[in-house]
Amino acid sequence: MRPANTCWHCFQMLASRALVRGLQSGFWRRVSTSSAAWAAHTHDVDVIDCSVPQYNNRLDTPLPDVPFVRNLSAEQKKLKEKEKGSWTQLTKEEKLALYRLTHELSYAEMRQGSKEWMTVLGGVFIFLGFTGLLVWWQRVYVYGDVPHTLSQESVAQQTQRMIDMRVNPVHGFSNKWDYEKKQWK
Amino acid sequence: MSLPKPAMRGLLAKRLRFHLPIAFGLSIIAAVAFKFTVTEPRKQAYADFYKHYDSMKEFSAMREAGVFESVRPTGK
Repeated sequence: MRPANTCWHCFQMLASRALVRGLQSGFWRRVSTSSAAWAAHTHDVDVIDCSVPQYNNRLDTPLPDVPFVRNLSAEQKKLKEKEKGSWTQLTKEEKLALYRLTHELSYAEMRQGSKEWMTVLGGVFIFLGFTGLLVWWQRVYVYGDVPHTLSQESVAQQTQRMIDMRVNPVHGFSNKWDYEKKQWK
Repeated sequence: MSLPKPAMRGLLAKRLRFHLPIAFGLSIIAAVAFKFTVTEPRKQAYADFYKHYDSMKEFSAMREAGVFESVRPTGK
């Protein structure tokens, strides 16, 4: 979208002149594209001039810095002239047209929301699942053996020692062991 | 169309007047509930445990089991 208030022809001339100078420098002669193709490429680049006020759709600024439509057509200009008179003369369609000239989205449209969250959540789960597969492969093929203290026999010995030591006798571990009958309660 | 003028001042005060008593009330209720469902039973459990606690008997049992390093089991 070319910006309305720059001299496009001047820009194109400068661009081609710079390109010719670049070509004459010799090094990039074979690599550089033709000036027409290069100009066509810059045509697609969307440069926003951040040094001037911009339009924005925000819930907390009902009146943005600039109106949405800057370049009015002839009949839009006529409508703007009519707006300078009494507003009771305007029809409903004209009022809506004036609103759409100054605003891109209405408050309802701004608040609308989308179904993007489903895509996001789906993507997150897909990648979590894939990561799970990688972690599983890692567990099988990379990790070494587990310490011997996690074997059944070792755990039984540790549990017996904890019971002998009376670990947490009031509320916790040893509380659940019946010392007379030598079994869990 | 003449709409009534909306409230311009005292908005925070109005909100606090409503929510603060509720906040304090709920906090106090939470604290009291915790006291009577957790701390009081816990204190009672400890009191009951130590009412008939024979420390020498427990010590001997632990010694025989062999968990101490300062005293060995009797015998052998």
